Amino acid sequence: MVEDRRLGDAIAYVILTIGVLIVAFPVWLTFVASTWDAATIINGKLPLYPGPYFFENYNRILFIGTSSTTREPVLGMMLNSFIMAMAIALGKIFISVLSAYAVVYYRFPFRMAAFWIIFVTLMLPVEVRIFPTFKVVSDLGMLDTYQGLAVPLIASATGTLLFRQFFMTIPDELLEASKIDGASAFKFFKDTVVPLSITTIAALFVIQFIYGWNQYLWPLLVTTKDSMQTIVIAIKKMIVTSDALTEWQLAMATAMLAMLPPVLVVILMQRLFVKGLVETEK
Amino acid sequence: MAQVTLTNVKKIYPGGVEAVKGVSFDIPDGGFCVLVGPSGCGKSTLLRMVAGLETISAGEVSIGDRVVNQIGPADRDIAMVFQNYALYPHFSVYDNMAYGLRNRGTPKDEIDKRVKEAARILAIEGLLERRPRQLSGGQRQRVAMGRAIVRKPQVFLFDEPLSNLDAKLRVQMRVEIKKLQRALGVTSIYVTHDQVEAMTLSDKLVVMNGGQIEQIGVPAEVYRKPASPFVATFIGSPPMNLLPGTIDGPGIVALGDAILEARDLRQDLPAQLPVEVGLRPEDIEIVSEGEAGSLPFDVEFIEELGATQLFHGQLAGKPFVMQTATDAVSAQAGRIWITVDPDRVHVFDMKTGVRLGRV
Ligand SMILES: Nc1ncnc2c1ncn2[C@@H]1O[C@H](COP(=O)(O)OP(=O)(O)OP(=O)(O)O)[C@@H](O)[C@H]1O
Ligand SMILES: [Mg+2]
Repeated sequence: MVEDRRLGDAIAYVILTIGVLIVAFPVWLTFVASTWDAATIINGKLPLYPGPYFFENYNRILFIGTSSTTREPVLGMMLNSFIMAMAIALGKIFISVLSAYAVVYYRFPFRMAAFWIIFVTLMLPVEVRIFPTFKVVSDLGMLDTYQGLAVPLIASATGTLLFRQFFMTIPDELLEASKIDGASAFKFFKDTVVPLSITTIAALFVIQFIYGWNQYLWPLLVTTKDSMQTIVIAIKKMIVTSDALTEWQLAMATAMLAMLPPVLVVILMQRLFVKGLVETEK
Repeated sequence: MAQVTLTNVKKIYPGGVEAVKGVSFDIPDGGFCVLVGPSGCGKSTLLRMVAGLETISAGEVSIGDRVVNQIGPADRDIAMVFQNYALYPHFSVYDNMAYGLRNRGTPKDEIDKRVKEAARILAIEGLLERRPRQLSGGQRQRVAMGRAIVRKPQVFLFDEPLSNLDAKLRVQMRVEIKKLQRALGVTSIYVTHDQVEAMTLSDKLVVMNGGQIEQIGVPAEVYRKPASPFVATFIGSPPMNLLPGTIDGPGIVALGDAILEARDLRQDLPAQLPVEVGLRPEDIEIVSEGEAGSLPFDVEFIEELGATQLFHGQLAGKPFVMQTATDAVSAQAGRIWITVDPDRVHVFDMKTGVRLGRV
């Protein structure tokens, strides 16, 4: 029996390790490429270990920029991306928690109609309504602004649906107990509903932060100034058609940097997830 | 402290369900009123109207000398204990109890004093820092009680607070609730469908059926003089036997061939009036064959309950149950002869279901 279990475990680990290697190898390659100079990469003999140009490459890309295509330093773009992703994630959470609270806990005329209208927007992602949205944003003078980047992406139904489902699992008696305890509708929201939703909020935050961070099409449309570029667009711009003109080591360094914040968000939020899962109970 | 008065209270839910059909009664200051009835009879609805969690469709509820129809639950000066306790899962026990007081702006040291005192009364002092999740069912129950106590309300409302506990704990908590209510002297309304809880806790028992009150009275009176066949079979376990019969003369009813004396029977009834005769299983005595006023009972099988045993069988062609002490007779199936104390024969009008008692 014991032997069997060991063998089973060993097989599981082997499979896991292979899986991890497959996923991790391109990332490693990217990292390695970001630590060599252009010549090493261009001649096609990239070693599998890091080179001596780590500080030089990262210093240049973060604070100076590439020589031709993107011009601006990546640090500013990371800031742009970060502001956009945070605005989208927080904005979405704020709007969807409130709208779900209204839909679940208030009886107002056309409540279900309101819910269905929100629901229907699921079928209209940004890509589908991109021209009208662009027109509105441009007419409002929001091109090349953070509002222009974030606001159109904040409106979406997924968060509302998620919170609605969650709120409906909160027992009615909690609301009733709150009422008897003298809590107003807002106090019930603040003292009971939000703390109970922390796990859901954390999950949505992670998903939406990454969604916002990875936006490509929309930022491409609404930004024209170099200073408003996001890092995802920068990567694309750095890779020009002619291989010789692409500063691969800098593009790779940018890719590594672009990966960093989403990874950090996942790692940090994961702890909150676990904490939320362990401590709350409906 | 306050008395609670309900005057012709009705509840019609949106959609037209008439859950409570005009109910009036009052509970004196410090009284313990139990609402009992089968599932769906409107007990919870009635209680929730007193709490302010449901609107009152018609009629009037007053607490003290205040009509509370238009007053919100927080301002009615009531506290409620829910069946599933409804503790805030993310608050500690202490905060669960303190929350209502904080919302009212009670000073911190006063809150602390009251929470500590309630915890002492309920013997949960050691649990104040825990979350509800880390408590047993019985402990949660106590915290829910504590949350009600710290408020020092005019009225306690309980909606089946013990039904999630195991049988043993239920008995224990029942006794504690009664003691606590006596000690605090707070007017209480308690909803249950458990007739033992109803009998033991109440000093005013309200039996409901189908949104209406069947009978109101002290428990002993409801047991001894049930006002209708419904109450007769609902209160008491095993339920009262009901047999069809007729009036045979003043104070006499006929059950098929046999006749039975009934002392609590109106004297002015026409002979041959069809009636229902109620006999409680525990009121029946075994006698020797042929004794005056005895009835033949064909025993089919016997259930042992430890201290007592139940005889199941047929009397005058109808199913019948009697209960005796285990050592009273050696148990066996077959025909036996029984009588009932004439004071303990209940007679109801067959058509109207009204008790035909002396007035
Ligand atoms: N929100 C509601 N909308 C419509 N009908 C309702 C609502 N709540 C309860 N009812 C109906 O009102 C009637 C009384 O319900 P209530 O909850 O008061 O019963 P109860 O006596 O407490 O029963 P139980 O012992 O099962 O708790 C039932 O027929 C029920 O279906
Ligand atoms: Mg109920």
